[in-house]
Amino acid sequence: MSKEQKEFLRKYKFDKRITLLSQVMIVILILVGWELLSRYNIINPFIFSSPTKVVKTIYGLYVDGNLFNHIWVTVYETLIAFVIGLFISLVISVILYLYNKIYKIIDPFLTCLNSLPKVALGPMIIIVAGANVKSIIVMAVLINVIVITTVILNGFYGTDKVRLKLMHSFGANKYQILKYLVIPSSYKTIISSFKLGISMSLIGVISGEFLVSRAGLGYLIIYGTQVFNLDLVVSGILLLVMISYILYKAVMYIEDILVGK
Amino acid sequence: MNKIVSIDNVGKKYNTTNGEIEAIKSITFDVKEGEFVALVGSSGCGKSTLLSIMAGLDKQSVGNVNYYIDKPVIGYMLQEDALLAHYTILDNILLGLKIKNKLNDESKEYAINLLKKYNLDKFIDKKPHELSGGMKQRVSLIRTIAIKPDILFLDEPFSALDFSTRLKVSDDVYKIIKKEKKTTIMVTHDIGEAISMADKVIVLSKSPAKVKSVYNIELINKELPTQNRKDEKFNYYYDLIWRDLDKDE
Repeated sequence: MSKEQKEFLRKYKFDKRITLLSQVMIVILILVGWELLSRYNIINPFIFSSPTKVVKTIYGLYVDGNLFNHIWVTVYETLIAFVIGLFISLVISVILYLYNKIYKIIDPFLTCLNSLPKVALGPMIIIVAGANVKSIIVMAVLINVIVITTVILNGFYGTDKVRLKLMHSFGANKYQILKYLVIPSSYKTIISSFKLGISMSLIGVISGEFLVSRAGLGYLIIYGTQVFNLDLVVSGILLLVMISYILYKAVMYIEDILVGK
Repeated sequence: MNKIVSIDNVGKKYNTTNGEIEAIKSITFDVKEGEFVALVGSSGCGKSTLLSIMAGLDKQSVGNVNYYIDKPVIGYMLQEDALLAHYTILDNILLGLKIKNKLNDESKEYAINLLKKYNLDKFIDKKPHELSGGMKQRVSLIRTIAIKPDILFLDEPFSALDFSTRLKVSDDVYKIIKKEKKTTIMVTHDIGEAISMADKVIVLSKSPAKVKSVYNIELINKELPTQNRKDEKFNYYYDLIWRDLDKDE
């Protein structure tokens, strides 16, 4: 290895460590600052809680045997909604690609549906699907399907025109074009929709849990609000941040494996 | 030589919301079996549209394209190699056969033999990004020939290559076409490329494209394109075609 390459690697590792250290320092600063502000009543400890109170609350949930149940319920609902949403999105994308006329007709409706806050449909969903986990999953699927479908369709319609002409020159029909060219060349786009899909699913699940649930992190937050236990609310939010980060990283890891990095 | 295709009074108009655009006007010419014809014209004159119409990828507004063989198999080579990145070289050259439902042991062997014949067999399991630009263009031609076309259409096949690669690849492609005895129609805006490769050069006017002049290229020693560029009569044809195109400006 040349001297320049060694120097480059040393700098690269150093930069990486500095970045990580800075991130850890920021977290520590926030936690310490938050604790002190709360302890000396500079911020209202009843509303904003404090790191020690959050740790105590989470430990209490753990001792009661509820912590992992709440986490698991949210994760489980998110994963189910994500898988269903991805499947439906793929089917819709294929249909809309094969029948371009339908896509042109329903495009403005898709835009309307995309901009509509799906939570507004919550009461109707509960009436139709019942006050149970089904409503939560329906809500999450409604939120993720539009987004995933839009990403996948963009990939499909972004297929290279020269290669499309090549397929036509071989006399390929639209199913063959989809099978041999469009889907394989949109593979990375489909995989990249996973990240967005999982985030949207989590948003949908939490919105659903706010409306109808007996367990889950959304339930913890809404229950904490109702009984004025804001330590529980903040604990729920922090657990949600952690779960969201872990799910995002897990999907990124799966993406890397599937794309072959 | 027998006629393989004749273009009879072909014209093409595009209807847009801003009005009608005439791309091609009354084009007529014949192509004989085994002939190499080059269509030359300035960029955007409509020569690629004409090629697409002849290959059945686009429809003419008026006129006829008549083939003198039953159900002609068309081979089309594009401006870029257009190899599919997610497939190996073997899968790429078998693509046309798969689409046409003609993939069997015999056709596969024929395709693999083509790779062997043109020294590309060692790349059979490689992905396109592992090949140089020139190699990719040769694979692209082999993919086109693998379907055993009756007529080859080359749409500015070397325009994506740098000049030196372009010269080398045009030699390689020319050798393959002559060895496989394929009737070829090539579109190019490069006068030198047309004279050095074709038996006949058809010069098209600016849009809407019309046939301006036709030259039967009779070089002293017809060899590979790079050598043909040094032929005594090369400059003679070059000047004639250049003047035809220049008058258009």
